[in-house]
Parts: sequence; C-alpha cells; structure tokens
Amino acid sequence: MFLYRGKEGGHGLSPEAMQKHMEKWYAWMGDLAKKGIMGASEPLQPTGKQVSGSKKVVTDGPFIEAKEMIGGYTVVNAKDINEAVEIAKGCPVFEVDGKLEVRPIQKM
Amino acid sequence: MAENTNKEVDKIVDHLFRHESGKMVAVLTRVFGFPNIEQAEDIVQDTIIRALETWKFGKLPDNPQAWLYRTAKNKAIDLIRRQKVKHKIENDIAPLLRSEYTMMPAMNEMFTENEIKDSQLRMMFACCHPSISQEGQISLMLKTLCGLSTHEIAKAFLTSEDTIQKRIYRTREKIKEEKISLDYPGADAMVNRTDTVLKTLYLLFNEGYNSSHPEKLIREDLCEEAMRLLMLLTETPKTNLPQTNALLALMCYHISRFNSRLDDKGLIVLLKDQNRAQWNTFLIDKGNEYLQFSANGEVIHDFHIEAAIASAHANAPSYEETDWKMILQLYNTLLQRTNSTVVALNRAVVLGEVEGYEKAITELENMKGLEENCYYNASLADMYLKQGNSELAKEFLRKALTLTSSNAEIELVRRKLADCK
Repeated sequence: MFLYRGKEGGHGLSPEAMQKHMEKWYAWMGDLAKKGIMGASEPLQPTGKQVSGSKKVVTDGPFIEAKEMIGGYTVVNAKDINEAVEIAKGCPVFEVDGKLEVRPIQKM
Repeated sequence: MAENTNKEVDKIVDHLFRHESGKMVAVLTRVFGFPNIEQAEDIVQDTIIRALETWKFGKLPDNPQAWLYRTAKNKAIDLIRRQKVKHKIENDIAPLLRSEYTMMPAMNEMFTENEIKDSQLRMMFACCHPSISQEGQISLMLKTLCGLSTHEIAKAFLTSEDTIQKRIYRTREKIKEEKISLDYPGADAMVNRTDTVLKTLYLLFNEGYNSSHPEKLIREDLCEEAMRLLMLLTETPKTNLPQTNALLALMCYHISRFNSRLDDKGLIVLLKDQNRAQWNTFLIDKGNEYLQFSANGEVIHDFHIEAAIASAHANAPSYEETDWKMILQLYNTLLQRTNSTVVALNRAVVLGEVEGYEKAITELENMKGLEENCYYNASLADMYLKQGNSELAKEFLRKALTLTSSNAEIELVRRKLADCK
C-alpha cells in the first residue's frame, strides 16, 4: 500500500502547472491500472475526527502535523516490497516534494 | 474506476484550471471588493489545490466546473463567517452577505453564467483603468482574468519574475490609492472606456503575435487569451460595439495565418512564400463574419481599417492576385489618421507593389527616425533587391542584421543576404 504523506501538493504552482501535474497522476495511475497491479486508490478528506484514550475523547483534526498528513492511499499488487518500491519511484508526488510511504499489507 | 482512468482524462478540458481560476477570481473579487483581491486569489488557489489532491486519484466529478464553484463558494462563506476579510466589504452585495438567510443564495447567484461574465467584464474595465500604466494593465489582466502566474507572465514578456511581481504590486497600490472600484463607468464614459479595454487587448494580442519569443506555445496562449476576453465583450450588448467586432475580425485574420508563418525548422516564412492552403479557412470565415458585424454605426475606428487590410490579404487567392490598390488606399487613410511611422513603413512597401519599387525607395529614404529600425532596413533592402540593386540591398541587410536579437529574424536576413548575388 502506498500512503501519500505531506501537506497538499501544488502550493506555489500556477493553475496550468497544477493541471499538468494532475495529468501526470492520471497517466501514472492509468499505467498501473493497465498493468493490472492497481487495487483500491482513494483521496482522503483533509479533516476528520480523532478519538483518543479510554474516555474516548473526540477532537477535531488536524490529527498530526500537516507535513505528516495522509492525503490518500493506493493499493498495488506487488510480489514483494522491493518491487513495490520500484513502482513507487514513478509516482509524480516526488515532483512537488511530496512523500510516499510503502507499507506491505499484513496477510492473515 | 481504474479502467476508466484514460477515458476520464479526456473530459478534462484544456486549460480548465487556468480559465476557471480567472473566472473565480473575478467573481470572488466582485463579492469581496477590489481591495480584497488577494483573499479572492487565496481562496481560488486553495480550491484548485483541493481539486488536484482529490481528482488526481483518477476520479473526476460529473461536473468539474460545478465542483470547483461549490468548493470556492464554501471557502468564501467560511471566510466571511470568520470575518477574516481584511477590508470591509462595501458593495451592493454586502448586505446580502451579512445575513445567513441570504448569504448562500447570493453566493449561488454570483456563480451563475451571466454573473460570472459580468464579473469578468467589471474586472476587465477595472484592470484597464486609465490611471494604470499600459504594462500594468496587461500584467494585471493576465494574472487575474487569465489565471497566469507571475512566473508565466514573466516568461511571456521575457523578463524576470521579480519585475512582474513589482509591476503587479505597484498596480494594486494604484488601485487602492485611486479607489478604483469594480463599478461600470457611467453611460457617457462607457464607449471611451471600452476603447481603452480594446487597446489593451490589441496590445496583448500583438505581444503574442509579433513577439520574437522562442516559445511558440506561450505566444499562442497570449493570442488565445486576448481573443477569449474580446469574445466576452462581443457577447455583452453594452460592449458589443462596431470597433469590438472590427478588432475581433482583425485577430481572426491574423491568427488564421499563425501556423504558416514559420516553417518546420522555426524559420520565418514571408507572406509571399506562405502556403495559403495552410491558412485556417474557418478563422478567415469568422473574420469575415465579424467584419460584417462591425460595419455599423457612424464612426470609423482604426480597427475597421486595419481589419479591412487584413481581410484583403486573408481573402486573396495568391500574393500576385492581392488587391494592392485597395490596400494602399486603406493605408493612406490609416496614415492620415494615425500619423504613425510603423504605418508609413508598411504603406511604403505596399506602394512598391502598386506604383513601382522606385517610388517606394524614394518614400522610404525620406522617412526620418527609422534608421535604427530592423524592419525599416530590411524593407528598404527588399525594395532595392526587387529593383535589381543588390549592392545597396546588401548594405541595408547588414545594417538590419545588427538591429535584431531574434534568431528567427537573423536567419531570415541571412538567407536574404545569400540571395543577393
């Protein structure tokens, strides 16, 4: 699973540049889909609720610092983490100083 | 979803973000007031970022435009509720924004097609206020109405981003100083102010059409933006004047030749050598149509004459079959009205086609103040060459060579030099 971390991308880019950047994402994801290695892939809303402690205290976000925020996730089918890392390297997130975390999903 | 990814991409219109940014900034500035334009821009920037973050996963909303407007509206309402608008909102909508009952309907109303157009028009008039410098007008218009970043504007004008930022800053200060609002000028000033807007759009178009900019795409963008804004003026009765149509006709004729002016190596192809089959007939027809619409009212505008000249060229089957006599007459009229040296220069070249190169040379030699102009020297050389005097032609071509920094132009003059035997 890829977790896209970091603050929202595109700050300081012009609308045209952002559209170009988005088109790269389409191309990248389209490519993963074509190769049949892409599973679920969704953006997450920037805010939510945090439930904590035994008293189940509910607070509003941000849960953690903006730079650690998870913007979305993609599940890919790879034979091991190395292959997943190779796939991740093509992600356009790196063009805007974004971060991507690769985590194997625990098989039960 | 995954299988649809490529199909979805097709639905994203070219320049959607850029064009919608321009519209949203215009609307939100209308809501917040001109002094609060920066807040409007921030909201639009946030909206586009949200779209990027959400849409990049491959799913597009059914109506991307409506999605953007909804997001922008909500952000704007949040801002008003939190009272974080720096300058107090003082306009006709302000009372509606103070009550929760009317806030959302008022905001919805502002994002309807007609109101969006109206906001863009108001913004255009404000950007072209006579107290703002010409270059300030163009920069501000590109930033707020066309959604270009300062970086992109700097690239288009071959200058530094810093220069453009300062220019826009100064323009904004001017807006506050002069208390320029987004209100329309009164009925008596409307025609004059529309003419100022037309002039700015004409310059913006020229910047794209004539500039020796190495990047064709940027130049095309500038022309396209000028035409897009001009179309808005033709769609609104109070600005749909005869001269508005004449200018649009002129642009259609010019742009119809855009692709045939350079060959595949990026070298300039002169009018005489252009492949007329490559001219865009759709745009020429459009030009003819707008020129028809412009033949109205009692006043002849310079744009009428310029459009008529461009029309004669665009509708001529070949260089030889061009109606040079009529073009010369049009230039005579234009010269009388403008007394411009550039017009005089162009007229002299046409004179060469009608009354012989000898006459054109005398005319050119008698002109003052153009000695350091590249086109002047190149035109004079051309006349000498056509007359058979290659020695003098070479002399003026060598002079022309020292007066341009554009690679395409240098190459053109070099080729001409090689032709002088």
